Amino acid sequence: MTDKSGEAKRSQTPKGEVPISIGSVDRRGAIKLLGLGALGAVPLVASARVMDGLVRDIVKGSVAENQAADTVPTREAGRIRQWTMVIDLAKCDGCQSQGTPPQCTTACIEGHFAPQPMEWIEVYEAELNGGGSQFIPTPCQQCENPPCVKVCPVGATFPTPEGTVLIDQDRCIGCRICMAACPYDRRFFNWGTPPIPPEAALSDYNPDHQAPASSGTVMKCDFCPEMARDGTLPYCIQACPNDAVWYGDLEEDIATNGRTVVKATKLVSDNNGYRLKEHLGTMPRVFYLPGHGEDIGRDPHDEGRMPTEWPWIERAEGAVTWTR
Amino acid sequence: MDTLNNWRERLISKTTRPTLITTYKYWLWFGFLLVITGNGVFQYWKQWQHGLYVTDMRDRISWGLYITAFVFFIGISHAGTLISAILRATKAGWRAPVTRIAEFITAVALLIGASFVVIDMGRPERIFNVYLFGRWQSPIMWDVMAITTYLTASVIYLSAPMIPDLALYRDRLADKVGVVRNFIYRTLSVNWKGSPKQQKLLGKAITIMMLVIIPIAVSVHTVVSWIFSMTLRAGWNTSIFGVLFVAGAIFSGVATLIIIMAILRRIYHWEEYLTEKHFLYLGYLLAAFGAFMVYVNLSEYLTEGFNLEEAGLFAFRQLFLEDFAAMFWFYIIGGLLGPVVLMLVPKTRTIAGVVTAAILVVVAMFLERYFIVVTGLRVPLMPYEAANYAPTFVEWSIFAAGLAIFCLLITIALKIFPMLAIWEMTEEHAADISDRPTEEPNMVGADIVGSLTSTERLPDAGPPAEGGGS
Ligand code: SF4
Ligand code: SF4
Ligand code: SF4
Repeated sequence: MTDKSGEAKRSQTPKGEVPISIGSVDRRGAIKLLGLGALGAVPLVASARVMDGLVRDIVKGSVAENQAADTVPTREAGRIRQWTMVIDLAKCDGCQSQGTPPQCTTACIEGHFAPQPMEWIEVYEAELNGGGSQFIPTPCQQCENPPCVKVCPVGATFPTPEGTVLIDQDRCIGCRICMAACPYDRRFFNWGTPPIPPEAALSDYNPDHQAPASSGTVMKCDFCPEMARDGTLPYCIQACPNDAVWYGDLEEDIATNGRTVVKATKLVSDNNGYRLKEHLGTMPRVFYLPGHGEDIGRDPHDEGRMPTEWPWIERAEGAVTWTR
Repeated sequence: MDTLNNWRERLISKTTRPTLITTYKYWLWFGFLLVITGNGVFQYWKQWQHGLYVTDMRDRISWGLYITAFVFFIGISHAGTLISAILRATKAGWRAPVTRIAEFITAVALLIGASFVVIDMGRPERIFNVYLFGRWQSPIMWDVMAITTYLTASVIYLSAPMIPDLALYRDRLADKVGVVRNFIYRTLSVNWKGSPKQQKLLGKAITIMMLVIIPIAVSVHTVVSWIFSMTLRAGWNTSIFGVLFVAGAIFSGVATLIIIMAILRRIYHWEEYLTEKHFLYLGYLLAAFGAFMVYVNLSEYLTEGFNLEEAGLFAFRQLFLEDFAAMFWFYIIGGLLGPVVLMLVPKTRTIAGVVTAAILVVVAMFLERYFIVVTGLRVPLMPYEAANYAPTFVEWSIFAAGLAIFCLLITIALKIFPMLAIWEMTEEHAADISDRPTEEPNMVGADIVGSLTSTERLPDAGPPAEGGGS
């Protein structure tokens, strides 16, 4: 779902503005920005090209040295993807019906080698008002007004132009004020030396995928920007047997669960989508469609799900794990 | 009737006593503190190797005893500078014997408090990232800024008024102490000769520092509270936190000051200088702050509790009825109401009563810091079972080491520095015995000038410091 659906109407994407905060413009970027005024007169085509390069430069100059500029998925016109997720609770039964641990959690753990006991997408079981329970898969909400970013003293937690929040574990000092600040319990700390399987040990560290994990730093769901750039979907989306999780781009207003492609905003509004703890003003990028697994015939009084597993943990030599 | 000169000589000999006489008890105490410190260092080494895994902090309760200790020690640090600055500014006539000890407590407690933040860090070796990549939006950076400013200011505020006394030590004790102390006296007394010009400068410096330090001290514990209140957590996210923390800081600071004064008075027989009056006045201060704390707590819990939203309900239950109830009620009844009652009842309005109140307050304030940190984090944010936290042996050891180093630094300071402000006390005494001296000049600096000229010109003030110039 990358450039194929370029015809999507931009006018319907109120959230589609490119969020370039002043803070993210470095000196070079600022000089270019100033130059932009002079470019007002150049023909449209040319300026579109300049814009493209400009946005890339701004991104390159600030966000993270680790994040190579050419991997930021700007499209021809200089638009930047605005990743979003829509989670259909009517279709999520916590993988109860197949008798497995939640597959989104498992896939995310496998894909990122998330150290035990981290569940970057955790399937909470919440009580329903009328009795019974519902399952709520909860990745990092990728807040647009992220409390965790505000409090980080060293900018190790940072927002990206794609509207996600990443952590640079090479910079994190492990003060954990972000964990106190996140209202969704979505941050995890490497209390000990994290278990690292051999294949993870080989990977080049990058905040986009966070492997290998390093002791004394914070981790969380990264929204899989690398997967998205490669034109595939995040592990959790791919793994969901009930197609309950949608991934999309608010800039292009499109979302897919790996089977169907729909208009993201329409999916949310047609189904009374909401966001968690909306009253806090964190503006999450993750939307929920109400339900309790009824679409796959789950009885809400049928409580409990299988506990999460870390299948690769045996391969991590001398693994130290802890409890949450 | 004592002449001023005799009085001053006796004061000097009493003050220099800890510096000149070291008993075996001192070394026993010193050794005891070293053992506790050693254990703490060893446990920290374990933490350095294995990470914070050795603590009981986990994702859901991600701060614990270390952050408690940080808040607690920074709180205690308000003993000194703030109190002595307020007393100086209000020209409280009884302040002189109290200020020096208070200022030492400040500097030492600040050092310990600040180290606990580093001890709590997952990657302490990256501490300099705070300077390389610091973001001013972060409450942690506000703390870094406020605490370093406060530390600098309070060290200046401690050492400036000490200069004349250090000069006295330099002149009097030159052949009684070793090279190290001689060097310290020579260096820190910055060639003080007591000339009118020097006195004028010193007076100015003290006045300026006194005025500067009050807002700095208030800001410090306010930003400490903001680390908590800037989050979106029930029980933390409240605008009264700054007030609660600053009041609590002064409260616990006064209490610590009382305890240390009582100990020093006992050991070094300073009964003549640290009199019942001093304890009672500090006791009244304690009671006043106790009453104020009751008010702040009431106002906080009533506004939160009246409309009790869901997370608030959990926060309240654990505090009032469940896991933390014992701590909480001890804090309210023993720590806040206790001192008020002890000071109201005439029978307990004694030194023993004041010291009892002070001990209650210090314990209660430590518990308060602890339950504020832990209960705030314990309220579940999502549908999960509330986590629990009990500090491990490693954490207790390191905390104990923090206390031990606090005592150790004061113990060492006793051997080097004048713990009583000799010249200020002489000045005060002179004012007391002379028949109501001509109306005191308005400037705080000015009466200092007056006093110095009167004391330093005494016949045996020692040879003018020739070596001091080096
Ligand atoms: S959910 Fe938590 S970790 Fe994720 S962006 Fe929001 S505050 Fe940060
Ligand atoms: S723990 Fe790391 S990411 Fe979190 S606030 Fe501290 S430095 Fe930033
Ligand atoms: S988006 Fe990626 S990191 Fe986030 S929960 Fe899904 S798989 Fe895990």
